[in-house]
Amino acid sequence: MSPSVREPVRSIHSRTVVMPANNIDTDQIIPARFLTTTTREGLGTWLFNDWRYQADGSPRPDFVLNQPQARGCQILVAGRNFGCGSSREHAPWALLDYGIRAVISTEIADIFRSNSLKNGLLPIVVDDATSRWLLEHPGAELDIDLEQLRLQLPEGRFTRFELESFARYCLLHGIDELGYLLAQRERIAQFERTRA
Amino acid sequence: MKPRTLFEKIWEQHLVTPETADTPAVLYIDLHLIHEVTTPQAFDVLRANGLPVRRPERTLGTLDHSTPTRTEQIFGNAPISIESAAKQIRVLEHNSAEFGVELFGLKSDKRGIVHVIGPELGATQPGSTIVCGDSHTSTHGAFGALAFGIGTTEVGHVLATQCLLQRRPRTLAVEVSGTLHPAVTAKDLILAIVGRIGVAGGIGHVIEYRGDTIRALSMDERMTVCNMSIEAGARAGMIAPDETTFSYLYGRPRAPQGKDWEQSLERWRRLPSDEGAQFDRTVSIDAAALEPMISYGTNPGMVIPISSAIPTVVDDAMHARALHYMGFSPGEPIRDKPVNVVFVGSCTNSRLSDLRQAAAVLKGRHIARGVRMLVVPGSQQVKRDAESEGLDRVFIDAGAEWRESGCSMCIGMNGDTVSTGEYSVSTSNRNFEGRQGKGARTLLASPATAAATAVRGKVTDPRELLS
Repeated sequence: MSPSVREPVRSIHSRTVVMPANNIDTDQIIPARFLTTTTREGLGTWLFNDWRYQADGSPRPDFVLNQPQARGCQILVAGRNFGCGSSREHAPWALLDYGIRAVISTEIADIFRSNSLKNGLLPIVVDDATSRWLLEHPGAELDIDLEQLRLQLPEGRFTRFELESFARYCLLHGIDELGYLLAQRERIAQFERTRA
Repeated sequence: MKPRTLFEKIWEQHLVTPETADTPAVLYIDLHLIHEVTTPQAFDVLRANGLPVRRPERTLGTLDHSTPTRTEQIFGNAPISIESAAKQIRVLEHNSAEFGVELFGLKSDKRGIVHVIGPELGATQPGSTIVCGDSHTSTHGAFGALAFGIGTTEVGHVLATQCLLQRRPRTLAVEVSGTLHPAVTAKDLILAIVGRIGVAGGIGHVIEYRGDTIRALSMDERMTVCNMSIEAGARAGMIAPDETTFSYLYGRPRAPQGKDWEQSLERWRRLPSDEGAQFDRTVSIDAAALEPMISYGTNPGMVIPISSAIPTVVDDAMHARALHYMGFSPGEPIRDKPVNVVFVGSCTNSRLSDLRQAAAVLKGRHIARGVRMLVVPGSQQVKRDAESEGLDRVFIDAGAEWRESGCSMCIGMNGDTVSTGEYSVSTSNRNFEGRQGKGARTLLASPATAAATAVRGKVTDPRELLS
């Protein structure tokens, strides 16, 4: 594996799955007891574990991801402040492993947002009105266009979103940020010399 | 020159490459703290790419998160009860040896919670940039450092390049004035601040805690405050360094010595925000009006004064859901709620002064029948210091368990957990659903409130036992 190559992300077309709760923290996305792992694979098994399964391990029928209409959905619409709390990158790893490729909210926590962008999970922040509409219309079919920074809603409606320009560039071109940093090694060495 | 904030000074001093519209800044990292849970995948990336750790001497490792706290599992022959945790420990030992990084291993007398040992050793210094794959890295901001949590991919970036790609955050001044009442602690102050700002209020911001109340706090107390910045959504919280900071650091093993110390002091004295420096936002808090605080819900912004009733919020599904999880009803007093478990520990409240605070309440008393109390020092050094003062005897005589250092019950991934449905009054930082164990119900409070609650077996205002 070279640090400069990864799968590009240009657009996502999917129905949404909606979790209207605010402040969904990374302990809910994946509880800490599943973090005693040394790899990043397979974490989707435990995504939202304690909301998703009953004590005997069977799926909770009232949890949205266990309902038939959620199958195959790649876009998660959530209440505000999604991904707050712990810095665990296992949260975006678990979402991606499960099949979620974008999260839409009015606010996304800083560390979760940064971790998501580094793994090709799109953290998309929308205005209150768009969020309200999305929360009220689970299963809506959306197009996320990363090139145009455009979120296409049904019936010709659309909205624009912002994404940090460099992260967007890396996602579109499949560039791993580590490669960019490594290319600055000489500058870093120079910085270290001037401070010594 | 334009007046600058503490944050701006540190930010500018660490720019390898300034940010542009197209590219984030390349920010140099002075100290990278690592632990067993958020690093294995990062070392794998280095290995897969044939990369060394660029500056091993700026990297420091410890074992805390999934590491057990039972003496027999650390120093005896008992196996570590969670096999996958034992593997994480072995993997960090292996990675540290392979990449030449210093690690305070299982039996090291320097081992402890990552945010306790950095300051304790004097490795945490004013004006520096500090990161760790842990959101409570904000703790180190108490020394006037820019310190924040990162994910595992970024851990790999720092290991490989000693740098991070960062956009410049905004600044939020939290101005605190007035004298805290006796038995109202730094923990109560930060719980009140998080309640005020809200759990999302600090998104995109670095907090600077300012004002006469903050200046009067000890370093342990400042760490408690900065520790929970992330609970208000802010990646970093900072306090300008002053004589309190310098006298704490003086003579610590990794603090500058001799002539270096004098030169460092000169540099550090220039760090505080300049008169007239502009913050993007300001929030003011009256410390004199505070009483002991406690959380009642499932995020750290859901806090009330301990004498208050559980809030009634109409038409709020989140509030209703949180109260349902906690088994509380709106309008009920929080005082006298029965509890099963009391935990004193975590990177928020496991330093010597925290243990003294709990011991002051417990001395000559016994915890209530049916209550389980765990006291877990933040580091092996804190443990030794506490034992030399006889605090361990106070805890053990009171019926509490006294353990080896680690994250313990704060995170419920190391064998120390709260059972489903049980109530825990905890000095840790998060009351999220299941944080201390699946189905556990957590009430966040100060060490004094936790200890008083252990004695009575129900939520208790520590002032009732301290007067």
